[in-house]
Amino acid sequence: MAVAATKYSERVNVGRVERWLSMAAGGALAAYALKRRELPGGAAAIAGAALLYRGATGHCDVYHVLGINHANGESAREYGTGVLADRGSDTRAQLGGLRGIHVEESVTINRPLAELYRFWRDFENLPKFMNHLESVSTREEGVSHWTATGPAGMRVEWDARIINEVPNKVIGWQSLDGSTISTAGSVNFDEDPHGTRVTVHLQYNPPGGRLGAAVAWMFGEEPNQTIREDLRRFKQLMEAGEIPTTNGQPSGRR
Amino acid sequence: MKAVCWEGRGDVRVETVPDPTLLNQRDAIVRITSTAICGSDLHLYDGFIPTMQAGDILGHEFMGVVEDVGHGVTNLKKGDRVIVPFPIACGRCFFCTHDLYSCCDNSNPNAWMAEKFYGYTASGLFGYSHMLGGYAGGQAEYARVPFADVGPFKVPEHLSDDQVLFLTDIYPTGFMAAENCNIQPGDTVAVWGCGPVGQFAIRSAFLLGAGRVIAIDTVPERLMMANQGGAETLDSMDPDVFYKLRNMTGGLGPDACIDAVGMEAHGPHIDYLYDKVKTMAMMATDRISALRQAIHSCRKGGTVSVPGVYGGFLDKMPFGAAMNKGLTIKTGQTHVHKYLPRLLRYIESGAIDPSFVVTHRVSLEEAPHMYRTFRDKKDGCIKVVMKPH
Repeated sequence: MAVAATKYSERVNVGRVERWLSMAAGGALAAYALKRRELPGGAAAIAGAALLYRGATGHCDVYHVLGINHANGESAREYGTGVLADRGSDTRAQLGGLRGIHVEESVTINRPLAELYRFWRDFENLPKFMNHLESVSTREEGVSHWTATGPAGMRVEWDARIINEVPNKVIGWQSLDGSTISTAGSVNFDEDPHGTRVTVHLQYNPPGGRLGAAVAWMFGEEPNQTIREDLRRFKQLMEAGEIPTTNGQPSGRR
Repeated sequence: MKAVCWEGRGDVRVETVPDPTLLNQRDAIVRITSTAICGSDLHLYDGFIPTMQAGDILGHEFMGVVEDVGHGVTNLKKGDRVIVPFPIACGRCFFCTHDLYSCCDNSNPNAWMAEKFYGYTASGLFGYSHMLGGYAGGQAEYARVPFADVGPFKVPEHLSDDQVLFLTDIYPTGFMAAENCNIQPGDTVAVWGCGPVGQFAIRSAFLLGAGRVIAIDTVPERLMMANQGGAETLDSMDPDVFYKLRNMTGGLGPDACIDAVGMEAHGPHIDYLYDKVKTMAMMATDRISALRQAIHSCRKGGTVSVPGVYGGFLDKMPFGAAMNKGLTIKTGQTHVHKYLPRLLRYIESGAIDPSFVVTHRVSLEEAPHMYRTFRDKKDGCIKVVMKPH
């Protein structure tokens, strides 16, 4: 019984007021949808169901990936975004219930934590080790524009906003509403006897159609492996100062 | 330039390929003056190492003169005479900073491949399969050396190529094999395999305080060379090696056993035939009769040190003997960089002259012929050194 209680409270990452609001909004959407009984109604029903679920369980998948926890320590409301800075690592314990694709990968880097944090926080550095990214440009403080290349030179672009940031601890970001790709992620930096542990959580919902195929291609058949290779290159760049390669070396191949 | 290329099992050819160029800031280009064929190259030649591709340039024991360096290399300049360690190491990761250079985290561009096989990758190696980096090797006129500010080691002009060339691999490999035995004064060390690594292991064991070394092989000239190094010898095809070792050690067994044979062992017992059939049928990756015998023969609480190369999943490994006798097993690709200053001192002081292993000095063009001669142990072949220039 005690175990079950702990597990339940670990999953709760939505604040109490927000849960009631979710329930109310979800119920209203569901009622609206049942009246309409057509396509937009169907979408509203799904959204309503998600909000009902969120309200009833107190668990939000997007918060979960972002490393956000609104349920605990309501006093920690110290960041301008209005989002709690609590690292909410307890909410990441259970990854099974997430919709979309969720990835967690970590790497240990033999460099000072602050140096790694600084490099990553400048998002324009990310394409140096994330192969699928073409560029990231900062639009205004906290908002950035991401460009990735898909198959046959097809481009995928979206805007993202930093929604959780604790210097030298964690950066969480989320795509803006209406973006072509719905994605959220966080990177945590922790001291480790072997160096600095860098952990990435990433979630994305692949859109449908041609764009969906491009996004799927971008992350590869094994999204874990793709992120792992990105983190490996980050480590190589920070530790060795360069990414090892054999491209361009001679061979006897004809 | 001319380079020795792997074209398939039992097929190496000298081909004309483009000259190497600097690809990264920490690269150097070395003009090769001496390059050797290693016993472990024979595992490639015989097709025992996966992820080779036709056209791969072979060779990981080479030295020469620095031709060019990238912006990130400040400790070397054109004209420096260097030997190049066979593992490629960044010098800055956790492993490199703990003297575990052959476990470098950052030098294998194909780390994901090695992770599929081994869980985690070791360092990239020159000319030793794509799983271990896919780097072009040094059996060529020139080679590109990554992380050149860490690997290449300057050697004094008064020592000949033959005296310092083996610092690249086999001398430190034999030395680390002996060091891994934790030799106490007067210990008895048994060494399986009297190829070049076994020869250096024998001499290093004595240097580290062994009282007796017993060398086990079946090739007469190799046993003779072991004997010249101070070892007593046994014929590995003698079915009674275990009993003889036991009697030579007053019923105790050797304090430490070194397997300098590796994955293509031969033996007089049924287990060798078992391994041979299974590897030929692609149902096993390694022939391990030398390792089995080393574990079986070692005294209780002793050490089995394994410089011999293994590739995959070892069948009928007598782990019960290892566990119940409380053995220590130590192994690994050699952390060459760690040993260089010390071993160069031994060479300079005359404590050892590594050139004693060389039996053949040839041009690069003779590589195909010499691979076959070395593999078949013909013509008294123990070590081949090629001179590309």
